[in-house]
Amino acid sequence: MYSSGRTALSPCWSVCTTWAAPWCSWPLALFFATLMVFKVRGSSIFKGAMFFPYLICGIAVGFIFKFFYARGFVLDSILQMFGMDLENIPYWLQDQRINNISLAATSVWRYTGQNMILFLGAMMSVDTDLYEAAALDGANKWHVFKSIILPSIKSIIVLNMILSISGSLSAFEPPYVITNGTMGTGTYFVIMNRLAHENQKVGLACAMAIVLLVIIILCTVAQKLFFAYIFNDGTADESKAAMKRRLKAEREAAKAARKGGQTE
Amino acid sequence: MTKMKPATLLFTIFKYVMLILASIVALVPVVVCIITAFKTTDEYNTTRVLDLPKSFLYFENFTIAFEKARMLNGFLNTAIVLVVVLTVSVFVGSMLAYVLNRFQFKGNAIIQNLFMFASLIPGIATQVTVYQIMYSLGFINHLYGYMVVLMGTDIISIYIFLQFFENLPVSLDESAIMDGCTYFGVFFRILFPLLKPAIMTSLVLKGVSVYNEYYMSNLYLQLPQLRTISTALYTFTGPYGNQYNYICAGVLITIIPILLFFLVFQKQIYSGMAAGAVKG
Repeated sequence: MYSSGRTALSPCWSVCTTWAAPWCSWPLALFFATLMVFKVRGSSIFKGAMFFPYLICGIAVGFIFKFFYARGFVLDSILQMFGMDLENIPYWLQDQRINNISLAATSVWRYTGQNMILFLGAMMSVDTDLYEAAALDGANKWHVFKSIILPSIKSIIVLNMILSISGSLSAFEPPYVITNGTMGTGTYFVIMNRLAHENQKVGLACAMAIVLLVIIILCTVAQKLFFAYIFNDGTADESKAAMKRRLKAEREAAKAARKGGQTE
Repeated sequence: MTKMKPATLLFTIFKYVMLILASIVALVPVVVCIITAFKTTDEYNTTRVLDLPKSFLYFENFTIAFEKARMLNGFLNTAIVLVVVLTVSVFVGSMLAYVLNRFQFKGNAIIQNLFMFASLIPGIATQVTVYQIMYSLGFINHLYGYMVVLMGTDIISIYIFLQFFENLPVSLDESAIMDGCTYFGVFFRILFPLLKPAIMTSLVLKGVSVYNEYYMSNLYLQLPQLRTISTALYTFTGPYGNQYNYICAGVLITIIPILLFFLVFQKQIYSGMAAGAVKG
């Protein structure tokens, strides 16, 4: 039993960072999608370059970043090129304070392009007349973004956020290849996989799966409520209040009728 | 040409700088991989990582990676799996969407919601139990067992098909039925050919996910001769753990098909992503 407590706690931090990854990825994706909405030359090249990481298989991503983060290799050489000393550069994968962030950055790299394509698709479906009308009315880029683009894609953002919970909790292949869950980087699945297929504790792994399902459902509901609150344009609330008033009125009418019946 | 306002000019410069920066960040890890894949072992050991290789015509690493990881075998298995799985899943998905869209029956909404719910559960979470089922069915270490698991349709392609069916007028079905067509006839002779764009999109998306699938093929195909391309790539973690010139070559070998695929089917991939999102 004691081991189950430990295994349940240890993925906490790595799960937190993997969950944080999409929160870094969305603003970036949103930013670049917004830039792309305005006319860009060679936009298909930029789009392709940023989207392509999404199509690379997880194992390959793992190897690429294992190489990328390895001591003295790609990232370190790039930083040295910009004049940093090797001594000041942390160990990206060994240092427990930052290795989860390194791994989360991997998923930002992988999914930002995909999110951008999603957002861009939604933005493109906006009637172009709206942009023209806004330009005629003297709106600047920020106004256009806030009043036209953001409302048009809010449902996609919400959906994306809901899906991202399960997506980030299920981050498996890159961490599996890069660190194999050592040094506190085990995501939920890396640990579950180890329990089920290496330690043969199938029951425990099943329990983890169910716990995960519960977490996902709770997070989904919570995020949905949160966004219903954030993106509330007043109508939803109003109708609810109206319904409450109507029900109350009906109840009182019924009560009055009953009372009336009694006194008669 | 009209002269730009300074603010607009500034915005344009900012825009391109940001986009170029982002593209560089997105591509650097892959580009470094390409550089490293063309280095001889000597060069790899002596030069710095960002130095260019002596020649880009040194293919030794690729042949070594290809042989050591038995990639040909992997490609063959993946190809077989892809063909079978894609064929079946298109039929399953489109037929399911046909039933869900054209027939009103009790439980229609429940089925759709169950698919939505299932998409919330990360695939790997269910694999612990699925493995037990597969094991008792004797499906482990057979290509057909692996294919059966993958054949199931997924929420995205169902949505793509459902969306498409909504735009096909029901009068088409009705007139066919008036002319004496059965439901199967309606589906295969009339609707299926019209579904072509949706089929392309769902094929492309499913194809990419099957090609990249690792976890299940690792679980269900443990024999070396059954490895698919991604499990073949994973063998590099063992004896070649630090020979990144071989690993990079192997990574590139797996990326090249998907890159070609991406360049050809760009449009379908983008529209598939968008379709999956809009409907949800």
